[in-house]
Amino acid sequence: MAKEQDKILQKYTQNEYKYGWVTDVESDTLPKGLNEDIIRMISKKKNEPQFLLDFRLKAFRHWKEMKMPNWAHLEIPEIDYQDMVYYSAPRQKAGPKDMDDVDPELKKTFDRLGIPIDEQKRLAGVAVDAVMDSSSVKTTFKEKLAELGIIFCSFSEAVQNHPDLVREYMGSVVPYTDNYFAALNSAVFSDGSFCYIPKGVRTPMELSTYFRINAANTGQFERTLIIAEDDSYVSYLEGCTAPIRDENQLHAAIVEIVAKDNAHVKYSTVQNWYPGNKDGKGGIYNFVTKRGKAQGRNSKISWTQVETGSAITWKYPSVILMGDNSVGEFYSVAVTNNHQQADTGTKMIHIGKNTRSTIISKGISAGYSNNSYRGLVKITKNAENSRNFSQCDSMLMGDRCGAHTFPYIETENRSSIVEHEATTSKIGEDQIFYCNQRGIEEEDAIGLIVNGYAKEVLNKLPMEFAVEAQTLLQISLEGSVG
Amino acid sequence: MLTIKNLHASIEGNEILKGINLEVQKGEIHAIMGPNGSGKSTLASVLAGRNLFEVTEGEILYNGKNLMEMAPEERAREGIFLGFQYPVEIPGVSMMNFLKTAINEQRKHRGQEEMKSSDFLKMMREKKDLVEIDSNLTNRSVNEGFSGGEKKRNEIFQMAMLDPKLSILDETDSGLDIDALKIVAHGVNQLKSPDNATIVITHYQRLLNYIIPDKVHVLYDGKIVKSGGKQLALELEDKGYEWLSKEAAK
Repeated sequence: MAKEQDKILQKYTQNEYKYGWVTDVESDTLPKGLNEDIIRMISKKKNEPQFLLDFRLKAFRHWKEMKMPNWAHLEIPEIDYQDMVYYSAPRQKAGPKDMDDVDPELKKTFDRLGIPIDEQKRLAGVAVDAVMDSSSVKTTFKEKLAELGIIFCSFSEAVQNHPDLVREYMGSVVPYTDNYFAALNSAVFSDGSFCYIPKGVRTPMELSTYFRINAANTGQFERTLIIAEDDSYVSYLEGCTAPIRDENQLHAAIVEIVAKDNAHVKYSTVQNWYPGNKDGKGGIYNFVTKRGKAQGRNSKISWTQVETGSAITWKYPSVILMGDNSVGEFYSVAVTNNHQQADTGTKMIHIGKNTRSTIISKGISAGYSNNSYRGLVKITKNAENSRNFSQCDSMLMGDRCGAHTFPYIETENRSSIVEHEATTSKIGEDQIFYCNQRGIEEEDAIGLIVNGYAKEVLNKLPMEFAVEAQTLLQISLEGSVG
Repeated sequence: MLTIKNLHASIEGNEILKGINLEVQKGEIHAIMGPNGSGKSTLASVLAGRNLFEVTEGEILYNGKNLMEMAPEERAREGIFLGFQYPVEIPGVSMMNFLKTAINEQRKHRGQEEMKSSDFLKMMREKKDLVEIDSNLTNRSVNEGFSGGEKKRNEIFQMAMLDPKLSILDETDSGLDIDALKIVAHGVNQLKSPDNATIVITHYQRLLNYIIPDKVHVLYDGKIVKSGGKQLALELEDKGYEWLSKEAAK
């Protein structure tokens, strides 16, 4: 039986990555290497105010003193930070005013990814900020959103047009001292998305950012900042892809969310960075710091993520529950196949009274991969009557992969309740055969079984993304079953 | 409909089936009986195409086609249904979604369009009544948290939905109390038609009090050692399986 499983496993582990092509576009690229001069050049290219350059330099000086974290259950090859390009932008007219100004090659790129940045063609219901390498290509529906007072633009534009907001909130949730990759990002970030929802406004459409790495030897360091004022609501989506390249590329992003009284921010990610080939060559290192501050009373921040890409993922979208009655949620499906590694989870820090958090994590490991859930639930002394419920499930396919769970629970008061449940299951040859016997072929059977397993999380995604995510899960795991 | 000639099959080098010959015609119900370990379930698995078993010799013809060349899902789409001895649980996948997928695969195979949801729901209601299955079973995930009896009834329900030409019921009666046994037998009898055939695999005679087989075969040590009518089953019930060892040695 084991032999039979091996055969099936071997037959299918070639996993085709659909988005692996490269766009031939002229770029404005800084030389390789990381030093203060490079940082000054990035800042100058982006015509930044002094406070931002100071912030970058402080972060860089801090980063130089830091060491790369090694506590995760990951094997990370040494990264040569001097052998990398920190700024590369597709050459186009600054801030394209309409579609005619956007390079047709860039437009084609996003069309091929299924992200038309032409507003006429765009399905109503989603506004897109398209980011390639170090800069934002185009943000759609900006004017329509502006009528409601919503600011949705690239980070660079926000720096130019709303410097006070940037200054007030940037680094307020993830300070540059937070961790090694956050410090690096703070020093060299080039673009990203910015989103401000004024008091009492419900965003009428999904806002989304689509990240694409294109240039070779280039790291992508974007920042996203979302500020939701009192009584506001926004649903935000993020997607990402990269070309197939033999060398590893670094992606170190920061996402910061601030939710004030009664505000609700829903942040969904479908992460599909190039995972490397079946032998583990190439792929993106995805080292990301995502954190939300539920600072207002009754505020709510929900993270939903479907992670199928990247060679290595190091990512813990977290919520600081400051406001009384605030709510934090984390719903995650993380898939690893072939030689991928993931160490992902969340932190829920309960500070306010009656705060509630929910963690649902579904790991799926196949091939030779390693998939770890790592989560912290911390209930501080003043967080009376707080509650957490965590459920961490792991599914294994084949017998060469690993699934690990590292829950950390710290409670400092007696009135709170923390619950943790964990299961491990194996997608069985018998389940597949049962489906086969009803006329369902192997690949569809895996799709069915995996989507059933991940249903609780997929149901949390906005419609447009749920379908994409389901297909993605199936493609990522095509036949990797024993 | 089904012709098995000199079938040998083994698992990891151990021969389990040692030359099976069997002929099943349309409209017939065959019962295959035999002690534990005689190869009954192996025969069912080989017919369904489970690749744990290696067919080393012989052939199986199904409606004139070489069954060995067909993948398990193809066999299913061509109308072969296996009622599992131990139906597996698939958490999170609703019975409804599962059956709809299965039926549409079958329809696609026949060049038909996907079934409309309203037709599907109507069909579910009809078949539920036919096999007297509890209606809330279909709202749950595939076999998840089902009792042993519920799982078996669910197999019969799926059989009713998929309307197979050849059904193989592998120890469907094991673990059932008498009421559940009657329900399962009732389902099988209801679904019987001049165009389909059923192979009932069982250890005990008692199921055959409710399902009347046209032929009874006794499987012993990988071979069919005796075939006959319904009275053979009664004889077995009476004498047990031991006397067969002598029969096999002949």
